[in-house]
Amino acid sequence: MGKYILRRLVMCVIVVFVAAIIIFTIMYFVPGDPVEIMLGSTATVEQKDALRASLGLDQPFLIQLGTYLLNLLQGDFGTSYTYNAPVTNELLSRLPYTLLIGISGIIVDVIISIPLGIYAALRRGKWQDTACTVFAMACVSVPDFWFALMLVVIFAVNLQVLPVSGIGGPRYFVMPIAASALAGIGGLLRQTRSGMLDVMNSDFVVTARSKGVPEGKVILQHMLPNALIPVVTVVGGHFSRCIGGAVIIEQIFSIPGLGAYMLNAINTRDYPVIRSSVVILAAVTSIVMLVVDIVYALIDPRIKAQYSGK
Amino acid sequence: MNTTTAETFAEARKKYKKQGQAVQVVKRLLQNRTAIVGMVVVGIIILIAIFAPLLTPYNPNTLDPSNAFAPMSLAHPLGCDNLGRDTLARIMYGARWSLALGLCAAGFGAVIGLVFGTIAGYYGGWVDSLIMRILDVLQAIPGNLLSIVIATVLGSGFINTVLALSIGGISGITRMLRARILSERSAEYLEAAASINCTTTRIMFGHLLPNTVSPVIVNITMGIGATIMQAAGLSYIGLGMPTSTPEWGAMLSSSRGFVSSYPLLLLWPGLAIAITVLAVNMIGDGLRDAMDPKLKR
Repeated sequence: MGKYILRRLVMCVIVVFVAAIIIFTIMYFVPGDPVEIMLGSTATVEQKDALRASLGLDQPFLIQLGTYLLNLLQGDFGTSYTYNAPVTNELLSRLPYTLLIGISGIIVDVIISIPLGIYAALRRGKWQDTACTVFAMACVSVPDFWFALMLVVIFAVNLQVLPVSGIGGPRYFVMPIAASALAGIGGLLRQTRSGMLDVMNSDFVVTARSKGVPEGKVILQHMLPNALIPVVTVVGGHFSRCIGGAVIIEQIFSIPGLGAYMLNAINTRDYPVIRSSVVILAAVTSIVMLVVDIVYALIDPRIKAQYSGK
Repeated sequence: MNTTTAETFAEARKKYKKQGQAVQVVKRLLQNRTAIVGMVVVGIIILIAIFAPLLTPYNPNTLDPSNAFAPMSLAHPLGCDNLGRDTLARIMYGARWSLALGLCAAGFGAVIGLVFGTIAGYYGGWVDSLIMRILDVLQAIPGNLLSIVIATVLGSGFINTVLALSIGGISGITRMLRARILSERSAEYLEAAASINCTTTRIMFGHLLPNTVSPVIVNITMGIGATIMQAAGLSYIGLGMPTSTPEWGAMLSSSRGFVSSYPLLLLWPGLAIAITVLAVNMIGDGLRDAMDPKLKR
């Protein structure tokens, strides 16, 4: 098992590193000169050249890439063009907000969709099942940023029970978390439902019932652990979606997270910031996926056996 | 005697053809109420998109300051936006952009995914490993973010937005198809095709792909809905389509300053997106059941 975790960890580092190379390369070919943006059109050629040299932008592509990766390994994400300040501190102070929204979103997803999925499976074919399916489909079909805007209109503007935007107490995070949870509910609900249906008629459930295990115990102890195994893998993918969605949601609620930082940087063409935000979020996503995979291996004895045997 | 045999044979063949897989799928799809509702709604939206100029007297881009923020009325059923443009007209014309973006981006991503998946599954070995590792990297970057980065680099506009959006769908489709192909690779018909000297390309795309693609079609359909939402998201943050375009996301973007004063401006485009995506997903859901009736439980 340790070997498996180690191998996955190494893979994870390589993947993030290659992702950083790809992002750097894509951003390198952005039209427009960052020096021009920083200094404005009034600057002299000498001023521009000096700044270009100090940022290392006069170097060939491979050298720039090399420097970038070396710095990245040391935890240095470069300097923001617009603020002329190191990106790393800013990233670290903003990351917790994005994580808070992304992870809480996933937790809300799990709390809502797993019980509903179980319920739908138990009431299969009845109207409750249909209602859950329709609910799942509706959740997947509504754009999360529009849902966020509608929440603002209803709860902040009309009912005035929640603050419109900004950060503060828990009340400030209700709407952002609700909005980021929305997209994941449908997929998790479906997966739980079909996972439950898969195990419902399996032999071990029949055996448990035949030896007189109470129904509640059959559901919770025999069916659920088996039904949830595939659900765990879906959670990783949803986290990635939550993080992607958080970018826009943060902007709507003026939350000083990574997403808002990145979108502002897009408007000002501040490439080191965009680059670093994406790399950090990719790293976070990879780590979460890794954790999910490890949890998956831990809870599924079949996979565990595969690796402990070696 | 001979003619009758030939006739029965022809009849049998006709009958057999009638019962082909595609026909069966369509038959089952037409028995599915949800899918029919989805198809009707999507059909109506497509008709609206095509005949928008006949359905509304207004030009979606004509500015009319005297009608700025006009409330709902007979003349302007959904009111007007901050520049006096008729909201209903913009939503009708917007169907063109949103549908086109969704279909083109999901389609383009699907084609790339299908080619990658077929190649990875058929060749296996290092080709497979290489493609799968590339996908691992792509998957590490949340799809939305990758689209945002690419849209930033390429700039706004239809083709650029399609390119930015299509990336997201590739890895899922590739993985799924590859898995299907791996389990199909030793099938006899492939050996037969190879024995009559079919080229590798023909075996891959003429024999292997058609036999493995059906479960992936559901994914592609669902992808259209997700892409429409993503397109709106890109336009909303000012990347996808320019804010002047009557595209639903761009409409939301241009009215986001009026959340508290004129929230209805934000309601309609979002509803249009939600209804379209829901309808597309209903078709996808129906297709899933129709493709594999065993799954319908």
